[in-house]
Amino acid sequence: MERLQQTPSQTVGPFFAYSLTAEQYSYEYNSIVNELLLDDNTEGERIYITGSIYDGKGNAISDAMIELWQADADGNYRALPINKKNDGFTGFGRLGTGTNEKHHFTFKTIKPGSVNGQSPHINVILFMRGSLHALYTRMYFSDEANYCDPLLSSVEASRRQTLIAERKEINGSITYHFDMHMQGEKETVFFEV
Amino acid sequence: MDQIDYNVQPPHLYPEYKSTILRSPTKPLMIVKEYLKDLSLPAFGESMIGKFDNDLTKNARKNGEPIGERIKVSGKVMDEYGRPLHNVLVEIWQANSAGRYIHKAEIHDAPLDPNFLGAGRMLTDAEGSYSFYTIKPGAYPWGNHFNAWRPNHIHFSVIGHQIGHRLVTQMYFPGDPLFEFDPIFQSVPKHARGLLIAKFRMDWTDPEFALAYEFNIVLNGKSQTPFE
Repeated sequence: MERLQQTPSQTVGPFFAYSLTAEQYSYEYNSIVNELLLDDNTEGERIYITGSIYDGKGNAISDAMIELWQADADGNYRALPINKKNDGFTGFGRLGTGTNEKHHFTFKTIKPGSVNGQSPHINVILFMRGSLHALYTRMYFSDEANYCDPLLSSVEASRRQTLIAERKEINGSITYHFDMHMQGEKETVFFEV
Repeated sequence: MDQIDYNVQPPHLYPEYKSTILRSPTKPLMIVKEYLKDLSLPAFGESMIGKFDNDLTKNARKNGEPIGERIKVSGKVMDEYGRPLHNVLVEIWQANSAGRYIHKAEIHDAPLDPNFLGAGRMLTDAEGSYSFYTIKPGAYPWGNHFNAWRPNHIHFSVIGHQIGHRLVTQMYFPGDPLFEFDPIFQSVPKHARGLLIAKFRMDWTDPEFALAYEFNIVLNGKSQTPFE
């Protein structure tokens, strides 16, 4: 069978917001997904995921878009449409970094269970002006036994820390802080899929 | 075979497109296919698509028709073996006919169109096909270098069935004189640039209504053995 040529990737540009994250940026269009991956009926430990994305000069990027894709508390990926099991869990979230003055992002979700013996993790897809490709990375949790995760173990030891979010308790809420760095000493590990 | 085919894909760092300089990874991407290649992406359902989401000439009307040349864009989403991919979420956004985005941070002083948002979405059908109506977007200047102008284009975001299927790209129009001056278009290897240019389809035209373009999308995915 003949192989077709892939469609080349291009940048998301700075002006995606009114289409892909419309409600977050107050445009008159509905958002297909947002920063909430759950509702009141979802089972699991409630967590917030916060962070920023930094460019090669250490400036927080204001026009990036982040997508999260994760398993539920039992370690199962769900298929949208949401509410399939009527528990409000989407597993998929999307947020831009342009509506917070410090260019932070904050997702609300549940801590995922382990999938196929891997340590709990969240898949992250990153887009921004200046990035000609979608970038894939993973966020692991600082309070898990990550040393036995097969993917994380295959990452150069000195760079593993770039994939681990730090657990903090802020006013009784569990928050995992996950900064991503495009370049420099703390450059995040990105994966080719 | 590598999943990302750099014979047709742009590099991460393309200095002529200045924003890549501080925003592209400097270290090689890690190849970890064994843990990621089978990861499915969420399937979006019809219930998430609004009635006029695939008609940008209607979905933001306030007091009349949007201004500009009406067009229809249609195509297929396929894997690398030409197999159609159904139920793929295709989201689009673009400038209006004057080359102005409705985005609040846009500073180009071309007119806004109160009846045009420039955003839409749809799912591919069982044959992998999608289709939408819109207004042909205009060219606009940007700050990359002196006298930089973007060729007319429509942004596409595609969510297929597995994580390698996630694609953001841009569709261009045939014969645009700005191609040779645009570093974003030029970031793609020369012989592959045609893959981003829609084909004019007189035979798909809606008579008395809209000219038609065809834009097919081939997604990178796991190299499974194709069906014979």
